[in-house]
Amino acid sequence: MIGQYLADGIVLGSTIALGAIGLTLTYNILNFANFAHGSLLSWGAYFGLVFVMSFAGIQGGDTFGSLSFGWPFIVALFGAAVLTSGLALLVDWLVFRPLRRSNIQVALVFASFGASLLLRNFIVVFFGPEPHYYNNSIEIAKEILPGVRMTSDQIFVVVLAAVLVVALHLFLTRTKLGKAMRATADNTALAQVTGINVQGVVRWTWVVGASLAAVGGMFFGLTVQILPEMGFNLVLPLFAAAILGGIGSVYGAVLGGLVIGIAQDVSVMFISPAYKPAVSFVIMIIVLLVRPTGILGEKK
Amino acid sequence: MTGVISYLVFFLILASIYGIVSLGLNLQWGYTGLFNIGVAGFFAVGAYTYAILASDPTMNHLGGFDVPMPLSMIAAMIVTGIAALIIGLPTLRLRDDYLAIATIGIAFTIQLVAMNMQWLTGGTQGIYNIPQPLSSAFGSNFEYNVFFLVMVLAILFVVYIALERMVHSPWGRVLMAIREDETAASSVGKDAFSYRLQSFVIGSMIMGLGGALYACFIKYISPQDFQPVMTFQIWAMLIIGGSGNNRGAMLGALLVWMLWSGSGTLVQAILPASLQVKGGAFQIILIGLVLMLTLIFKPRGILGTRRAIIPGAKQAP
Repeated sequence: MIGQYLADGIVLGSTIALGAIGLTLTYNILNFANFAHGSLLSWGAYFGLVFVMSFAGIQGGDTFGSLSFGWPFIVALFGAAVLTSGLALLVDWLVFRPLRRSNIQVALVFASFGASLLLRNFIVVFFGPEPHYYNNSIEIAKEILPGVRMTSDQIFVVVLAAVLVVALHLFLTRTKLGKAMRATADNTALAQVTGINVQGVVRWTWVVGASLAAVGGMFFGLTVQILPEMGFNLVLPLFAAAILGGIGSVYGAVLGGLVIGIAQDVSVMFISPAYKPAVSFVIMIIVLLVRPTGILGEKK
Repeated sequence: MTGVISYLVFFLILASIYGIVSLGLNLQWGYTGLFNIGVAGFFAVGAYTYAILASDPTMNHLGGFDVPMPLSMIAAMIVTGIAALIIGLPTLRLRDDYLAIATIGIAFTIQLVAMNMQWLTGGTQGIYNIPQPLSSAFGSNFEYNVFFLVMVLAILFVVYIALERMVHSPWGRVLMAIREDETAASSVGKDAFSYRLQSFVIGSMIMGLGGALYACFIKYISPQDFQPVMTFQIWAMLIIGGSGNNRGAMLGALLVWMLWSGSGTLVQAILPASLQVKGGAFQIILIGLVLMLTLIFKPRGILGTRRAIIPGAKQAP
């Protein structure tokens, strides 16, 4: 039985990890807790829905093997990443940048809370409050290990999440831009003196964070459902994952995401599933009490 | 005409209750710089504690203690204070945004408990028939509401006077000193953590009092009443009115509640029935826009802090 919950937890953890990476990156470079990050996951899922639906009219029915989707979903992943990046840059330009200039540190956090509510309610206005799905087919879960059943979609989500994390690792360690991002996160002033274009790095941080959020949101939509409040409900697990891993640590965010996802699903063995989201809150409070810098975080 | 007046009374009662909550947030944010975005959660704890203690016996949830109103109000404040203590202890030593994350977490968790712990809270059906004090002594609903308005205004006044005295006492000056410059305050021997915790707990207790008054006035509460949107409204009230100023907090409550109720009426009148479900979304977007504009163009609000403690020092937002 626990094997099944572990598998479900890893699927959920993949979504949380992708969201938490973006959260921890922006937290580290821009130095504020961005509560609107969850809304980027929602918007990513809805942007993806727009692509998937607009392709549905042209060509339907062709799916990859036992997966529930075909090439439109892959195109949608890229499209959603691009549009969500644009949205993140727009929000940054409209809201966060003027506040960063006026140097009101905590107003940023509150503005992000306000922005998250606004973004969520724009979804209600455009798409309505009811849940959506990328397709209506019912997928049959196959037994991949004794007692563990997963759908092909779930396996796809976990594999693609792993691929993205490896790609991000290579990007951060091998490319010039990735190194500049790490340098800026470590010490913005020092990075500026060495000639790094900090404004550019900030923009790319939003793009990377928002793209991963869009993919994470579409993963959630694929394996659960698409709802206006999904991102808002994910905010707590995202922060719990980022804090558990250590703010600023990409690998910590991945590890934290998996731990939170697994903990939420395994908790179902002991408590009512209704309290699943509260599990991440309890873990977060314990981390803050015992080790506020997180598992992989450094003391600043 | 009586319809207009009775609506006005109803409107002012809610505006005053939100004024009390806004004052509580002002102590935390305006005077101490504490970032609480779980206002709805503390409001809910107060409301549920009051409802459970004051209600008549029922099969649907815990209750039937029949505790008199003043005692239930005090109990609501105490329970809310304990909730604040649980959140404040692990987070108030850390940097500011951890409190924000933890408070949004507890608001979320309280909502889950309110929705799912049927035996305690009545679940999604909520708690109804919450008794009102002295309700049998008045002939009509309107007369009772006038009485209730006087009572709420009296409580608002007491809270305002108490807070004014507190923030202008040596205790309040330490709070503001910590807000302006924690290192300097610590260097003269002030335990910043302890002062922060006191401010956070007292502010939350005032929010709990607001929740209790809300439950008492509306007579019915359900998890729907304590959505994150409520936290957003209270923050909008404080920021638009002017944080760091108790009169600003109350003025903001009146203005934002006017904007919210007015836009609600407008949305109902203008939007076709098919779009009514989205009406709330339009209201939130409107308040959000006003708030964003305030933050960007007049970050200290209408009546914000006029002076810092040290002339020339960086003013709090």
